[in-house]
Amino acid sequence: MEIKQKSKYCFELETSTEPKPKIFANKEMIALLKSEENNPNNPIKQLQNLSTLPGLKGIVVAPDVHVGYGCPIGTTTASDLKSGVITFAATGFDINCGIHSLILPLSVKEVIEKKKELAEQLFKDVPAGVGIGGKLKLNVSEMDDLLEKGADYVVKKGFGSKKDLQFMEERGKVKGVSAESVSQKAKERSADQVGTLGSGNHYCEVQEIKKIFDDNAAKKFGLKEGKTFVSIHCGSRALGHQIGTDFLPILENATKKYNIAIPERDLVCAPFNSEEGQNYFSAINAGTNAAFANRLVIGTLVKRSVAKIFGISETDAKTFYDVGHNSAKIETHYLDGKKQKLLIQRKGSTRGFGPKNIAVPLKYRSVGQPVIVGGSMGTSSFILKGTEIAMKETFGSTIHGAGRSMSRTSAFAKWNPNQLLEELNKKGIIIKAHSIKGLAEEAPQAYKDIIKVVDIMHNSKISTKVAELKPLICIKG
Amino acid sequence: MSFETFEHKADIGVSGKGKTVSIAFEECAKAMMSVMTDINSINPVKSHVINLSEKNYSALLVLFLNELLFLKDKKKMIYSKYRVELKEEKNDSSENKFLLKAVIFGEKIDQKKHEFKVDAKAATYSQLEVKKEGNNWIAQCIIDV
Repeated sequence: MEIKQKSKYCFELETSTEPKPKIFANKEMIALLKSEENNPNNPIKQLQNLSTLPGLKGIVVAPDVHVGYGCPIGTTTASDLKSGVITFAATGFDINCGIHSLILPLSVKEVIEKKKELAEQLFKDVPAGVGIGGKLKLNVSEMDDLLEKGADYVVKKGFGSKKDLQFMEERGKVKGVSAESVSQKAKERSADQVGTLGSGNHYCEVQEIKKIFDDNAAKKFGLKEGKTFVSIHCGSRALGHQIGTDFLPILENATKKYNIAIPERDLVCAPFNSEEGQNYFSAINAGTNAAFANRLVIGTLVKRSVAKIFGISETDAKTFYDVGHNSAKIETHYLDGKKQKLLIQRKGSTRGFGPKNIAVPLKYRSVGQPVIVGGSMGTSSFILKGTEIAMKETFGSTIHGAGRSMSRTSAFAKWNPNQLLEELNKKGIIIKAHSIKGLAEEAPQAYKDIIKVVDIMHNSKISTKVAELKPLICIKG
Repeated sequence: MSFETFEHKADIGVSGKGKTVSIAFEECAKAMMSVMTDINSINPVKSHVINLSEKNYSALLVLFLNELLFLKDKKKMIYSKYRVELKEEKNDSSENKFLLKAVIFGEKIDQKKHEFKVDAKAATYSQLEVKKEGNNWIAQCIIDV
């Protein structure tokens, strides 16, 4: 399929239907995408299929793109509220997977002096790995509260404060959620998972603020070179997966009931304004709320671990920002010269709103929303800021990470986890993992080069670089 | 009869093969467990019975695998031995029903003993197939990890 270059970093996939997917990439990445076209499942084919869904107003793809279920990871879709559909593929299983971050009141030197003790403490205090529950064990009615109140719920349980909520996307709670849209099974499955990291590519990382690119934004964000930072990457755990599992057959029936032609089964969907569509939208946002709560609890546990080791107060470490990358929301954007309310679905794509937007915390509003781009294990992460150009070009969306370039099976076969651990150790990075075997699948070489991915967003001014973070300690499930 | 995993860029495919559909289901379940841990490390000491129904074999496979993942999170149980019985229920007035009865054997998760590689989170419709190839049945899908 033809891909036309529109500008240096913007390409358009020549689909037969409108809107044509807009891909932000460089020529090398486009060549890589094209080389995958022979695979039975590939991002170009998925975008072509996705673009046939009714009521679409736009499809935007970021340079961390890779194959997903029906919709590539790294995609944002904008749909008309009346004629559009809500599809499972454009949000996926791990609802509101995202990053919660903290600024520590400690220099790199201070952290390095007690790096080992801090790593041990975090490993002990942050529940992670398969089958491990958290400190909160909720019954079904408490789960209902959590799903409707999000991070507010855990603040009332003593995790975090109202001030922390100001620094979370949606202030940690999407309004208008009905817990009834989520099955009993989903609630039971995840009743002890609030405040747990999980496994796979999820992590809790202590990082050094290595380099500042934008002094003005860094000042507003409170970031200083030589200081330390924490990124917590996880989502709604089994809850999001069970919501997806429960809604796939409902959406499959809805696709038939409303006569929606879909080119592949993974694109099952429902008209947004149908009963099924509205229930699914509510369930996604219940999952979103659970993920916000989950990350705020972990953030609080990390603050407590840091306080224990360094003899400081829990409130000395500050919540920097919390933002997700798998979501479905109603947002207002300028399109075709007018303000429009649209259904925005993001799959492996971070909201990155520009300056002056009221959704951005007041403290950061003059420079734009912080975007935390998670690196792969052992590589840099980045803090970017959203821009006006993103609001015009990408529905205020940007990258979420480096994006996989190698399958888990290949990575597992290629790297020895103990050797990997040693190599990272030599670089001064302590990795504490509940599953040593699983480390190979997350080898940094199994991901794209994050610097190249970030630079495309920076050079196209969709979201620009504020700071680079280097890992010091990484806790994995 | 045998099971295997196959490549997928972000996740992982699981496949079971056997002389009957039931065996293919059992092997596919083993393949999914093997994504998480060494199946030989799971002692089949505690049993559990599952009854499910769906409109076709492929939807039933996804439902069955997802039930195993539900039990992993809710009861912290993982399983290594499966006895699956499948039945097609003919119905004059509506669509046929495909029924599954399984007795599964396993034990509670022990992070030290089971040494997890990764968590399996959902069985998906992606590359989902239950088909006959020559003398064997194949049951497969992609698992979200």
